[in-house]
Amino acid sequence: MVVNFSKRSGKSSIASVVFHKMPPNETLFLESTTRIQKDSIHSFMDFQVWDFPGQLEYFESAFDLEDIFGSLGALVWVIDAQDDYLDSVARLNRTILTVQQFYPGINIEVFIHKVDGLSDEYRTDTFQDIVQRISDELSDAGYENAPVHYYLTSIYDYSVFEAFSKVIQKLIPNLSTLENLINTLANNCGFEKTYLFDVLSKIYIASDTRPVDMACYEMCSDYIDVIVDISELYSWDHPARKRLGEQIQEAESHVVLHDQTMIHLMEMNKYLCLVSVIRNPEAKDKRGLIDMNCRTFQDALNEVFSRSWEEESAAQDGSSAAEIK
Amino acid sequence: MMDARKKKRKVLLMGKSGSGKSSMRSIIFSNYVAKDVRRLGATIDVEHSHVKFMGNLTLNLWDCGGQDAFMETYLASQRGNIFSDVAVLIYVFDIESREVDRDLDTYHAIIEALREFSPNAYVFCLVHKMDLIQAEHRQRIYEERSAVIRSRSAGFYVDTFASSIWDQSLYKAWAGIVHKLIPNLVVIERFLTAFAKKVNAEEVILFERSTFLTVTSVTSEVGELNPIYDRHERLSNIMKAFKHCAARNTLTTPASAGFVVMHTKTPQFNIFLGRFTDNTYIFLVVPPGEASYNCAVLNTMLAREGFAKAAAGGGGGGDGFPLPPPESLDDSNGANGTG
Repeated sequence: MVVNFSKRSGKSSIASVVFHKMPPNETLFLESTTRIQKDSIHSFMDFQVWDFPGQLEYFESAFDLEDIFGSLGALVWVIDAQDDYLDSVARLNRTILTVQQFYPGINIEVFIHKVDGLSDEYRTDTFQDIVQRISDELSDAGYENAPVHYYLTSIYDYSVFEAFSKVIQKLIPNLSTLENLINTLANNCGFEKTYLFDVLSKIYIASDTRPVDMACYEMCSDYIDVIVDISELYSWDHPARKRLGEQIQEAESHVVLHDQTMIHLMEMNKYLCLVSVIRNPEAKDKRGLIDMNCRTFQDALNEVFSRSWEEESAAQDGSSAAEIK
Repeated sequence: MMDARKKKRKVLLMGKSGSGKSSMRSIIFSNYVAKDVRRLGATIDVEHSHVKFMGNLTLNLWDCGGQDAFMETYLASQRGNIFSDVAVLIYVFDIESREVDRDLDTYHAIIEALREFSPNAYVFCLVHKMDLIQAEHRQRIYEERSAVIRSRSAGFYVDTFASSIWDQSLYKAWAGIVHKLIPNLVVIERFLTAFAKKVNAEEVILFERSTFLTVTSVTSEVGELNPIYDRHERLSNIMKAFKHCAARNTLTTPASAGFVVMHTKTPQFNIFLGRFTDNTYIFLVVPPGEASYNCAVLNTMLAREGFAKAAAGGGGGGDGFPLPPPESLDDSNGANGTG
């Protein structure tokens, strides 16, 4: 569960771009949010995005804190870096202190947003200034290791997807298992970088543990777009369309680029797909092997997820607060 | 005009200043993305560029600056130079222009000059910047405008297109233009039709390599049922966008980026995209089925050679393109069991 805050800072734009595939330049026409908007995302795990109006003072009024924060997994606070952010930071500090007091398990994620308009130097200054202000306040109040994380974001590039990916990953209970599985796969097949993507939002829920490479991420994420867009053009239903033979149910695709880089995409289940960048020029000839390994990974993945559902229902029975719905 | 050996085609790009001529030229032929065109300044006088297209066809693009002073010289002192030997005139109208009547007068003068020097030229009119019109009015306004344009075209048959650099309509317009210019299109199309039938393809599309414009396409009876009519333009748009992404992330220029091969298998269709001739990609849509798909891919490789000949040199009379005979089709089917 994710909640966004702060006035005219671009929260609704972020939500529209990430969860509804709206082109960034169209977000100009979004109206100001005036009431809490709850948005359910049904994907590999169901989560709700609550879009909070920026002008709302939820602590003063009669809002039920338990209702808002009780089942919360992560709190995303969006700060407009191009605006005077002191007020927003002050409000964030008040919020963090309250949340820390009653719900210490909630991850607090601060998006320093609209950085596309700032020069590199100014961007770093702003970032450090905000981080400094918040951590000062926190240590004054006696919280040394509060779960607060900071991201520089913009809807005009991939940074907001990257940031959301990180947020979501913290909420996945068996992330380390997934990462281990992907590492094994990537090492055995010689993949440069592998991502497990949520197809709808293009957030990646896990990747191998090699350092993040924005170039790989961009290509993988754009390749998903290519396949989704092409599928839209040719997936029409008509009785006259006949298949010519047997074929595996899940979609599979790969492309070889001019420099022999191969991008390999395989559908894992309804929501997830595995996308890998392979720089080994021999990979072309060993596609059968790669496909087979990916299928093995798919089986393992589905097993992990079916397990986690069982555990979760068990956990909810025993009254320990489940953070992820 | 339709002489196949004549390989250079003069293309005039005209229209009022600021109507978007150079912008669209840059997007289609110079690998710009839509937001880059802000950097372009006004075109001074005439900018010449040569675009190699399909190997044997060179488009000789004359991008004519549209300021009034230039327009006057085109129509007066430069008249013979500009308007002689023209294969295609592309005239761009800015839909947002406030001086519609004056634009049309200029257009009429240009058309008169064209009739004098190149009476056989094709004329295309692009009603441009359609993205600035609200979606619900677009069709109506475009139709009104194109009717007015036709009435001022002095007997020329004019193709009109609504276009915008922000969506696939630009590709539709230019694919239409390019389609008219390819010298041995009949040969190519006949070849593709036979080929599509052999491999049971729902659709075969030929894209030009650097621009990703649709050169031509063949659609089977079943493929015709596809409800999405603008799919070819959309594909151009999708693939070109991905080419830009690949170029950005492999640190090369968009011009040298490209695809070697792309396979996509889904439960509803299979798609193969690969290099066909030096200047084209083939895009093959076949129904699902592992074995038949592999067979189709193999046949595409085999057919590549024959097609290159058909595209290159007038096709040896037009009937001699070597399709693999039926036996070899069966062979490849068998040989393919391992794939």
